[in-house]
Amino acid sequence: MKIAVLVKQVPDTDLVKLDPETGTMIREDSGNIINPLDLHAIEASLRIKESMEATIIAFSMGPPAAEEALKEAIAMGIDNAYLICDRRFAGADTLATAIVLSKALKKFGPFDLILAGEKAVDGETGQVGPEIGALLGVPVFSYISKIIEITDHHIVVEREVEDGKEIWKSDLPSLLTLTKEVNEPRLPTLNMKKKARRLEIETLGCDFLELSDTNVGLKGSPTRVVKVSTPKIARDAVIYEGKELEKGIRKVIELLRPYLEENHEEAHMGNS
Amino acid sequence: MKKHIWVIAEKRKGTLHSSTYELLGKARELAFKMPDTLVTCVTLMNRSLTPEERKRLSEQGSDVILNLVHKKFKRFDYLSYLETLNNIAERFSPEIILAPATTTGRTIMPALAASLRTGLTADCTGLDIDKDGRLLQTRPAIGGNIMATIKTPKHKPQMATVRPKTFTPLAEKYSETGIYHEIIPLINTSSKTKLVEFQEISAEQKSIQDAEIVISGGKGIRKPENLELLKKLAGLLNGTVGASRPLVDSKWIGHENQVGLSGHTVKPKVYIAAGISGAVQHVAGMQTSEVIIAINKDINAPIFDYSDIGLVGDAVEILETLYNALTSLKEEISDVGNSQRTV
Ligand SMILES: Cc1cc2nc3c(=O)[nH]c(=O)nc-3n(C[C@H](O)[C@H](O)[C@H](O)COP(=O)(O)OP(=O)(O)OC[C@H]3O[C@@H](n4cnc5c(N)ncnc54)[C@H](O)[C@@H]3O)c2cc1C
Ligand SMILES: Nc1ncnc2c1ncn2[C@@H]1O[C@H](COP(=O)(O)O)[C@@H](O)[C@H]1O
Repeated sequence: MKIAVLVKQVPDTDLVKLDPETGTMIREDSGNIINPLDLHAIEASLRIKESMEATIIAFSMGPPAAEEALKEAIAMGIDNAYLICDRRFAGADTLATAIVLSKALKKFGPFDLILAGEKAVDGETGQVGPEIGALLGVPVFSYISKIIEITDHHIVVEREVEDGKEIWKSDLPSLLTLTKEVNEPRLPTLNMKKKARRLEIETLGCDFLELSDTNVGLKGSPTRVVKVSTPKIARDAVIYEGKELEKGIRKVIELLRPYLEENHEEAHMGNS
Repeated sequence: MKKHIWVIAEKRKGTLHSSTYELLGKARELAFKMPDTLVTCVTLMNRSLTPEERKRLSEQGSDVILNLVHKKFKRFDYLSYLETLNNIAERFSPEIILAPATTTGRTIMPALAASLRTGLTADCTGLDIDKDGRLLQTRPAIGGNIMATIKTPKHKPQMATVRPKTFTPLAEKYSETGIYHEIIPLINTSSKTKLVEFQEISAEQKSIQDAEIVISGGKGIRKPENLELLKKLAGLLNGTVGASRPLVDSKWIGHENQVGLSGHTVKPKVYIAAGISGAVQHVAGMQTSEVIIAINKDINAPIFDYSDIGLVGDAVEILETLYNALTSLKEEISDVGNSQRTV
């Protein structure tokens, strides 16, 4: 079993800024973490490895600082990691990101199972996983809340959707995007952390991946940010305070009253 | 040649979901700004559409209904959806494809966008057409602190997902009859995956997105026990309880009840925010509610800027007062109702 885990490094706070020229994010090197949902993907791969023979490789596309995220993944117990890093990758939208990551997965694959987070907390698009699945031509199962069974040839998973839970069985290879319901990620041990710190993470660039400049980064991105604005969505509240409060409460009661009657009518219809 | 805007219909329990009509309304508005453009509603079903369904889709803004029929389409099925949509998108080459940002839309749209090597913008809150006839896609970025407007300048189709309850269906009927096509796609890939089981969730509580009244609590309700009061009040009004993120993070209530950027977007008739400060990420999920009532002990809380009625005071005390008053009102109403019935 060969497992790939996609790990994104994200800013720890919501203090990131946008470049007004390109509309892409300006990241600061300090205060970065592994995207929380990707910790669940790492954990899922480790649990599979505990139940069968498996090799786990993590991939991250990002700036040199993203090496830290990969070291943490190694400290948690995965076997190897590659940082996909090239100045030409800057400004990538989700498609350009998916093209680069899927190329790396082909180069080091084929993988039986590819695990990603359901979405990253910074971009909040949740698109990269399914995009990679489509580029590789493997089935995608999103919103996975449980990995029920896995063998060398197939997987059984639980998918949480609006109206319930679906249980899917699929041939491998498959790509899963995981929610936080799937497991509780472990903490790396001190020993593992030390070991990971000494490790040299291999970096892969555009040329190694045999990607042309026009397919990557801002150039390879079909979307462009054309405007950034700070929303003003205010309303004019009538504020009831102190002695006025009672009047405000009466107003709210009047406003809510029709919904009582509706309820009441429905109850009658139900009775008759 | 005519251009096409596609809306990929959402279905729930085998019938069309309201988010389909919301998107059709928006697509209609966009089509009016583009010359020679038709709105096509693309449905993936395991049956033909009934005359009533077809009529409703036309009234809500479709010029064309393209129903793709296959037994695999009883529920969302990734491989067969992707193969089919990819084939017809290549064949008909639409300008724009829109879909609701549901678990289905958020899975199939990125896969389709990657297959077609085009761009996709997730969770748009605004859509418009610029002077060059291109789609302007606006979405919250960076934790909702700013809005980014995104364009797909050179690629086709231009694709976007939109959360349910973001747009409003057309107020007036568009047309009585549209063109109806039915296609039975050939599907090759789908034997690799199989839906083994489906466990429906009990519809005990109305989903927060469908409720007409949402009563949300934030950290200002102080104790998890006080959520009971919110639930009682919601029960009385046929509504649902919502929550800010800290309550969900502390496991006082499930994620399905979270309102906001990383929770649900709601658009009820009345939204009550009790003990919620009004952080942008929360406001992002409720700002389009019809009436917003805020209860907060701090008159400077930002939530008051986003409200129509503000009550300054203790959230629990005020909710209790509301509950008691509405309970007696309800008794009065039912007394009157009973006496009228016996007459
Ligand atoms: C990427 C990102 C996504 C996020 N997504 C969401 C999201 O989806 N939903 C969400 O809600 N948040 C979200 N947040 C968190 C958000 O920024 C706020 O932290 C959160 O909304 C605050 O919740 P709150 O209003 O309940 O708590 P607080 O901000 O602590 O506010 C509590 C309020 O209660 C008032 N209060 C205290 N005691 C009383 C009392 N006795 N009676 C009346 N009022 C009282 C206080 O005056 C205060 O205004 C997100 C943040 C980030 C960075
Ligand atoms: N630059 C990246 N490097 C590695 N994995 C990524 C990257 N971007 C996104 N992913 C993966 O895709 C998931 C969804 O990210 P997003 O589409 O950005 O919300 C993440 O949880 C990661 O598993």
